[in-house]
Amino acid sequence: MFNYTFHWNQALKALPQMLDGALITLQIALLSMLIGVVCALALTGFRLSGNRVLSGFATTWIEIARNTPALFQIYMAHFGLGNFGIHLSPYTALLVGIAFNNAGYLAENFRGALKAIPDTQTRAGRSLGMSAIQAFRYIVLPQMLRIAFLPTTNQMVWAILMTSLGVTVGMNTDLAGVTQELNARSFRTFEFFALAAVIYYVIAKAVTLAARAIASRMFRY
Amino acid sequence: MFNTALTWSDLAFLAQGAAMTLAVTAVSVTAGTLLGILFGVIRVQAGPYWSLPLTFVLDVFRSVPLLIQLVLANAFQSIAKLGWGPFTTSCVVLSLYTAAYCTEIVRGGISSVPPTTRRAARSLGMTWWQDMRYIVAPLATRVSLPSWIGLTLGVMKDSALVLWLGLIELLRASQILVTRLQEPLFILLICGAIYFLISFPIARLGGYLEKRWSPND
Repeated sequence: MFNYTFHWNQALKALPQMLDGALITLQIALLSMLIGVVCALALTGFRLSGNRVLSGFATTWIEIARNTPALFQIYMAHFGLGNFGIHLSPYTALLVGIAFNNAGYLAENFRGALKAIPDTQTRAGRSLGMSAIQAFRYIVLPQMLRIAFLPTTNQMVWAILMTSLGVTVGMNTDLAGVTQELNARSFRTFEFFALAAVIYYVIAKAVTLAARAIASRMFRY
Repeated sequence: MFNTALTWSDLAFLAQGAAMTLAVTAVSVTAGTLLGILFGVIRVQAGPYWSLPLTFVLDVFRSVPLLIQLVLANAFQSIAKLGWGPFTTSCVVLSLYTAAYCTEIVRGGISSVPPTTRRAARSLGMTWWQDMRYIVAPLATRVSLPSWIGLTLGVMKDSALVLWLGLIELLRASQILVTRLQEPLFILLICGAIYFLISFPIARLGGYLEKRWSPND
């Protein structure tokens, strides 16, 4: 049908290299999620703090993260920061960009989760003699985590998919980067990228399934 | 105090890029939404078992990075000698990508209409089509529209990735200017501001509609 011979062998031979790349991809995604969750919790706190400067800062961060492309944010980290004399490697730029993006989306998720817990719960905790921190720690936080868990795992899948953008700033160790290098050497674009797509799909599915398994164990009533 | 080599014609170049972004988005969202409505109705109508192949295919579009999809589609079109330019390829990929998400939104919207309401319509003698058109569509639209707006904005932002195929959209246009003028921060800030100005008001509208139309008030 096509006047083209597929060379799947070449792609399969490079599979170990690509799997190494997949590990880097997972590593970046996990790190960016960790940084993202910490930043998102801080942003949520800033927003609730009532301090205008802090909540303004949080709102700005969240709105920029949510209203500009992730690729733009990575470009900003890679090219934009150069103006201040900060030259990030592709790895760091990618990590910073994705973490920034994650934090914005996660902060919004956390806020939604917090809003879903009625104030009366906190008040009930306080009237039982808990301190504000205790009420937050033992009453609000566990419920919030339960509500925010699934959106957070969705964001994790997003983070994995976003790592593929690193190739646009010259990243060559993650899955997309490795694939692009192999492709540049052999011009077997379709074969290599099809294999990469399969690997991405498997990783994304594995994360989703693992998250579901964890959720069903952790959040049993 | 502040000097820049940016001229008005450079700004016009950026505006052209923005127009390209909007064009790709408009075509993809229109085609993707139509496909999404079709697939969504099929999924609800066929039930989870028979629509399994469709669900799987659409799931692939949501679990593989868009950049990889674009590269694959571009390689495929040259293998199959379809002769598509970057614009067509981008629009095809982004349409399918949109359709994959839109299907879920449409399915959610249709499922949110209580079965009793639909049965009532059918027992009044409405045909399936009339039920869909006059009962389900208005109710489902209310539920789906906010997430559909979110999807549209998501596609607008993700359309930045088509620069990999060589299409000069907003981000690529600003990258070209950066290479020429060597003022990365300033030009990227303008680029970001344009994205923000397109996205933010519409996102706000979506948030407003969601609040206004939420079923619990």
